[in-house]
Amino acid sequence: MKWPAIGYARATSLDELWRLQAEHGAAAQLLAGGQTLLATLAFRLSDPKILLDITRIAALRGIAVQDGVLRIGALTRHAELGRDPLVAQHAPLLAEAAPLIAHPAIRNRGTIGGSLAYADPAAELPACVVALGATIVAVSPRGERRVPAEAFFTGLLQTALAPDEIIAAVEIPGTQPTTRSRIIEVARRSGDYAMAGLAARLSLNAEGRVTSPRLVFFGVGSGPVLAARAGAALDGWVLDSAAIAAAQAALAEDLDPPADMHGPPEMKRHLARVLTFRALSPLLRASEVAE
Amino acid sequence: MNEIRTADSLGLSREDLPNSYIGRSVPRPNLPKLVQGRATYTDDVVLPRMLHAAFYRSPHAHARILSIDSAAAMLVPGVVRVFTGADIAKVCDPWVAVLAHLKGMKSAPQYALPLDRATWQGEALVAVVADSRAAAEDGVAALEVTFDPLPAQTDMATALAPGAVVIHPELGDNLAFQRTAVQGDVEAAFASAHKVVEARFVSARHTGVTLEPRSIIADFSRADDTLTVHLATQAPHMIQSVLATQLHLEEGRVRVICKDVGGSFGIKVHVYPDEVAVAAISRILGRPVKFIADRFESFGSDIHARDHVITGRIGVDAQGKILAFDIDDLTGIGPYSVYPRTSAVEGNQVVNLCGGPYDFANYRCSTTVVLQNKVPTCQYRAVGHPIATAVTEGLVDMAAHAIGMDPIEMRRRNMLRDDAYPYTSPAGMRFEGLSHHASLAKLLELVPVDRIRADQTAKRHKGVYRGLGFAAFIELTNPSPFMYGIGGARISAQDGATVRMDPDGSVVVASGVTEQGQGTETILAQIVAHGVGVAVNKVRVVTGDTQNTPYGGGTWACRGAGIGGEAALQSAIALKDQILHVAGTMLQASPATLDIMLGEVVDKTTGTPRISLAEIGRVVYFRGDTLPKDLPREFVQTRHYITKEYPFAFTNGIQACWVEVDTATGMVKVLEHWCVEDCGRVINPMLVDEQVRGGIVQGLGGALYEHCVYDEQGNLLTTTMADYLVPMAAEMPEIHVGHVETPTKESLLGAKGAGEAGTAGAPGALMNAINDALRPLGAVVTEQPFTPARILRALDAI
Repeated sequence: MKWPAIGYARATSLDELWRLQAEHGAAAQLLAGGQTLLATLAFRLSDPKILLDITRIAALRGIAVQDGVLRIGALTRHAELGRDPLVAQHAPLLAEAAPLIAHPAIRNRGTIGGSLAYADPAAELPACVVALGATIVAVSPRGERRVPAEAFFTGLLQTALAPDEIIAAVEIPGTQPTTRSRIIEVARRSGDYAMAGLAARLSLNAEGRVTSPRLVFFGVGSGPVLAARAGAALDGWVLDSAAIAAAQAALAEDLDPPADMHGPPEMKRHLARVLTFRALSPLLRASEVAE
Repeated sequence: MNEIRTADSLGLSREDLPNSYIGRSVPRPNLPKLVQGRATYTDDVVLPRMLHAAFYRSPHAHARILSIDSAAAMLVPGVVRVFTGADIAKVCDPWVAVLAHLKGMKSAPQYALPLDRATWQGEALVAVVADSRAAAEDGVAALEVTFDPLPAQTDMATALAPGAVVIHPELGDNLAFQRTAVQGDVEAAFASAHKVVEARFVSARHTGVTLEPRSIIADFSRADDTLTVHLATQAPHMIQSVLATQLHLEEGRVRVICKDVGGSFGIKVHVYPDEVAVAAISRILGRPVKFIADRFESFGSDIHARDHVITGRIGVDAQGKILAFDIDDLTGIGPYSVYPRTSAVEGNQVVNLCGGPYDFANYRCSTTVVLQNKVPTCQYRAVGHPIATAVTEGLVDMAAHAIGMDPIEMRRRNMLRDDAYPYTSPAGMRFEGLSHHASLAKLLELVPVDRIRADQTAKRHKGVYRGLGFAAFIELTNPSPFMYGIGGARISAQDGATVRMDPDGSVVVASGVTEQGQGTETILAQIVAHGVGVAVNKVRVVTGDTQNTPYGGGTWACRGAGIGGEAALQSAIALKDQILHVAGTMLQASPATLDIMLGEVVDKTTGTPRISLAEIGRVVYFRGDTLPKDLPREFVQTRHYITKEYPFAFTNGIQACWVEVDTATGMVKVLEHWCVEDCGRVINPMLVDEQVRGGIVQGLGGALYEHCVYDEQGNLLTTTMADYLVPMAAEMPEIHVGHVETPTKESLLGAKGAGEAGTAGAPGALMNAINDALRPLGAVVTEQPFTPARILRALDAI
């Protein structure tokens, strides 16, 4: 299908963006990587009168570490996440997630800010930022506001962003030597949205004891699902087969997945248990594995 | 082998016989054009005064159209006119897609745009014509159409039940066609059988996803009363005839031009109502009108296929000898049979093909073809074959397991002997010559069965489940008029080629078969170069123009090489004879002592060059006065070819598939796949191998991923490439291809079709491989696509 006739303006600074937004109000739609927006325009599912291109706003770009916090600009493309050395060092979960996101052409265009703002429940990055305990930096003419990732995703395709706010960056707390993270998913074909996925981060001390586990599932709810009971079943315990089994069992309470085209809710529950085992079992000590 | 001098047949290397091109992998001459983006697809054609059409499509599976208000649409800038079904019907007749030889078949009259009722979601109802596609879509968005939604008949299982919604009341019921083939005494055979195995198979509704969508430009000229149609099609002459008939034009005043086509797979061999509407609109407006289907509307308007539920029984004796097959097929085809090939052919093929590779005496197979409120189905690559093969081979494997016999041994004991031909199958198919045992032997050279079985056992101890599956198949190619012509369809089973030599010694071949991106033009150039005696790069190929090629059927049912290729070979040989006759006169030598090699007339025994074709061309075309007055000098020859002895040239083959099933997630990974097939003489091994590989990928796609999913109300849920999953390179295995060559004796070329073999066998081989992997766990899957959910259910994991 063809787009309807539509206006376009490029903002080169936040101030210019605020001015354009004030001018066009609800008729304006932000354009960053465009990987979701442009398809919805072609399907005529949304009807903005003007696209405001934010890709040249320097304040939304860049990856840096300051005071032990990794700040990733909202315009960072998925492909950049996958190859940036600071990301690999301070948030390897994101580097590991990048190749799972769609296909190269989409990774070359799509941005982390766009993915988080769209909040697709089957997307990798929302789950990753929740697992990492990240903070979403929202900015508006009123200034900056910091929202914990956990509180950012409020429902199906819904976020805590106010109508005049945009995502400026994601801030990720530093990792410790004891931090372990892992992302795995089950998708029909490589590059597809996952039928179920898990982004996990936890600390594992020298005795093999788990602290601050965060198991965040995607593709199984209305947004990223932090499995609190499964986490509690691991927290403070030595990671062994029994602990993994307890976490798997606790998922029954954590998850209430919807059916989708690929299968019924019970399939997603089953896959979540499988993913829990597969994500955690590589962290088992050698003695456990040998058994 | 038939008597063509090839390097192989003479025991020579290709350097010894430089213009021996048959059996040789030459690069495709049209490849640079395709990969450089310089091809001419229909959408690349831009004509003066051209308009663009977009369609308002039914949001309902079944609804009465109450009103169409186009006032707002007509105010949209750029919109020229809005056409309803009634507007189109003034210049365009409806059609009824039945074939006389499919006895009892019925279908309702179908209009280009329906008059008062929508019968599937996605059916084109109103056309908006504007000066750009975008403006036309704006106009569609501004239309006000009101409906009275009607209950939809979607489930084929209830189509004939009391209380079913009868989609076309004038037909009385939803039964489009029914046929039962019976041979022998099936019940007695089952009664005497050592084992009887029964299973239910499902083949899911899927579609062919072409890179280039359906595309048409219709250009009616009032000045000379001609309709020129640029169309992405497999059958230009068929479309010429249909458009002339429906629009009341003389056939000779309709010209169909089909330059490059970006894939067809059967999708582009049918008459689509929206395309006919475009032709009618051009007829009314006297202006060129372009319509390019987008991907979204393609899913809801391109033909679907393979929506079947089949129950099957097989009976075997204690030695594994197959005694009988009893198969009952049910298929839903949408609200109309598709014109003019009809939608009963797929079910009919299931009846024709089940049990095909095997020697058995008792057969019963029936197909029941019913109407439903979904996208119409029709012929898609390997029509009916993947269904018949999966059912047959699934049953054979189950029977082998039931009597504890190795599946390879089971097949060896039952496959038709290689010396059994000619042979008529229990379904009534006549086989000229097949090579099941030679193909199995060749397959076993390629597949390391012992190593695979050892690996399978070792992996199972580690909880890894791998399986090896086989599927033998037959494939119907080179169709005679028995396929469509005897049923009354104006679809040519004959094809022609005109070969000419120009003054510079270059050669042009014009052929009735068409290029769909698969390499038809390459093999035509090879055959003609071989036949005349010129380098392949001296041959230009013209296809896809009803005004400039001999009349023919086009490309479908694997007939391009076998039918079109033979016509090209015969006309090339005739041209060569004519050239040698003139050369003999010029050289005062007997033509029999001369030959043509790489554009030079040579002394046949010594190979000494005598005169170049360019010199002969110069003399004939510019100094004809120097030649004897009575010397025939027509350097243009046309030959037509049609198969006469057999209704179809059957081919055969066997595939093997090696998979790993992740029993925790239900995911299937295809590790390796093999195919040995016998398409008769191979003209270009590289192209044949790629056809087989592409066909296998399409077969695996249908068996693993592709599914047009509907809800109970008849809403199509898979309308994007994110929901309709096509096979992609990352998931596809290494595919090994081997050949056995049993040329058909009907033609000098000896070629049969090769394009559908891969698709025919792949789903069955994959199903058997998955079930081989799952067997220790007691799970069986027979419902395609083999999704994770279905496999997990079979494993009782969910």
